[in-house]
Amino acid sequence: MTSPLKPPKKKDPQKRSIVPTLPPLGRSRAALGLTVAAAEGRFALQHCAECGTVQYPPRDACTHCLSVELDWRDTPTGGTVIAETRIHASPDPYFRERLPWRMGTVKLDAGPVALAHLHGDVGRGDRVRLSLHLDKAAQGVIVALPTERTDVMEDDPLMRSLTAHPRHRRILITDARAPVTLPLIHALQKAGASHVFVGEAEAWRRWPGRAAIAALENVSIMPLDVTDADSLQSLAGEIGGKTDILINTARFIRPGGVLGGDTVFARDEMDVNVLGLMRLAQSFGPGMAARTADGTNSAAAFVNILSAHALSPDPGYGVFAASQAAARSLSQTLRAEFSHSGLRMMNVYVGPTDDEWHQPLPPPKVTPAALARSIVDGLIEGLEEVYCGDVARDLAERWRRDPGVLERELTGGGA
Amino acid sequence: MSVLSDMALALASGSVRVVDLTHRLDPDFPVIILPPEFGQCARFRMEEVSAYDHRGPAWKWHNLTLNEHTGTHFDAPVHWISGRDVPNGAVDEIAPENFVGPVVVIDCSEGAAKNDDFELTPEVIEAWEAEHGPIPEGAWVLMRTDWSKREPIDYLNMQEDGPHSPGPTPEAVKALLERGIRGFGAETVGTDAGQGSHYTPPYPAHYFLHGAGKFGLQCLTNLDQLPPTGAILIAAPLKIRGGTGSPLRVLALVPGKAS
Repeated sequence: MTSPLKPPKKKDPQKRSIVPTLPPLGRSRAALGLTVAAAEGRFALQHCAECGTVQYPPRDACTHCLSVELDWRDTPTGGTVIAETRIHASPDPYFRERLPWRMGTVKLDAGPVALAHLHGDVGRGDRVRLSLHLDKAAQGVIVALPTERTDVMEDDPLMRSLTAHPRHRRILITDARAPVTLPLIHALQKAGASHVFVGEAEAWRRWPGRAAIAALENVSIMPLDVTDADSLQSLAGEIGGKTDILINTARFIRPGGVLGGDTVFARDEMDVNVLGLMRLAQSFGPGMAARTADGTNSAAAFVNILSAHALSPDPGYGVFAASQAAARSLSQTLRAEFSHSGLRMMNVYVGPTDDEWHQPLPPPKVTPAALARSIVDGLIEGLEEVYCGDVARDLAERWRRDPGVLERELTGGGA
Repeated sequence: MSVLSDMALALASGSVRVVDLTHRLDPDFPVIILPPEFGQCARFRMEEVSAYDHRGPAWKWHNLTLNEHTGTHFDAPVHWISGRDVPNGAVDEIAPENFVGPVVVIDCSEGAAKNDDFELTPEVIEAWEAEHGPIPEGAWVLMRTDWSKREPIDYLNMQEDGPHSPGPTPEAVKALLERGIRGFGAETVGTDAGQGSHYTPPYPAHYFLHGAGKFGLQCLTNLDQLPPTGAILIAAPLKIRGGTGSPLRVLALVPGKAS
């Protein structure tokens, strides 16, 4: 049985904060397929297109027929633990700090045998559910989980290191006025967040939802404007050392394409959606990256919400889509920069949201509550790429299949 | 001695005092808010270019972003549709002698303290003239409301039906124009009342003043340090080509204690 995590004590100010170490980082090009699947929360393995063999670990050719036609496909997650090892010594700094470490050999229902990290609630002979997770080095690793949910299974130390679970963590949401913010606060508190800071730009403008947020317990409204580096520096000076998860809900959006568009609005879109992300990362990122091993409430994730049209533009919101593509690119650089710290850069892709700027559009539209759920689920699962809603999932799937065809379909070339 | 050397002596002795009527340009200072589908007034932003560091070892400087109408600012006739054909109606075309001149202050602070939508009416103007004499031709007329002393949220005072702040009625603006004023200034975010869009015509101060080639000043402060009459206002906008307005430093010369 997993023992429930206790709320962390106040830190001993005479002790040095633990510096993050990482598990082994290097992977072959073939093995990165595991990382891609883990980032999205899929359990995918190589399937030989010619003979159908499912293989693990990933290789450049099929071990059965030597074909190089290997597809990454979602794979049945069932398996049985056939052996268990408890490691008591390791020269690797990351594992040394976490000994003893349990690993198991698991026979997958899909065929291969894999070495997997074992959840505390599974052992030799158990039926297990296999899952791909990103480890602290942001590489995909296989984890054997109980087939049925066990009590507080997410509090297992292994799971804690593989996810960005909000429990006992302090979270900064950057824009109080965003429609997603209130349901997001509720979802985070339900998941056990200890405190939620909510950024408010331009406190000199009254707005209707403020009282509802201000009345919540363990929620503080703080001055924050992603377009103002000074406000970010001030706030980071105040709460940067206790921001464990940052969720950027600031967004500027106006409908319209390029020819009839407006460069003033475009500048605002770039300023909030792109440079705002950069300013946030510059002001809060280094402090968070230094605290990823800082106990129960260590820094865990930087969350960015993107339109799925970051992948391919909807000309009706063409300039906004350009800002989203730029923000996505920036987030990938940030992911690289954070990768040495174990801080997760999570992108949540969403289709048209049910708000004032998509009001004349027909459904389906993503409600603020659904978006909030996806964000918190992504943190709990430890994902880096989250697709919220059918539209985003469908767009991503079509983009993966053929970006050129998707572009033509979205720009009116499809029948 | 010439007038100017007398002036220099008066400034040195304190018998003429300089009052700064300008708010600090601050990223968090309120700007006018329009319905979101309209273009918006850029907030004031400062971006560090270098600060004695690798980006410039011996110097510090900033790039600024702002609108012509951000912070304490000047409105030129071409700002409004009614003034679009006024000759020399842009800030760079206005003759410089317009930027220095007499100023009178109509104190509406008592009324504005009781009523957020306090109106400057012809009756208020007439009552002021009965006490202080006629408004001189070519004078700036400033409406004191003590609005500048409010907290930022009560300054803009945005409600669900729009902002609520004092300003002149259409009739009052016309009455001022009949007196040949140089321009009209306010402590509020605009020369018009917060609810000024509901007058006929909407935004009468902007509409009539600029249509008549007159100027506006807004987001003024320290009006309580000005006498009702007898001060000189110095309000020179930046020389922006085709500019419809400009942030500026507004100064008043007032009689000092020794005078």
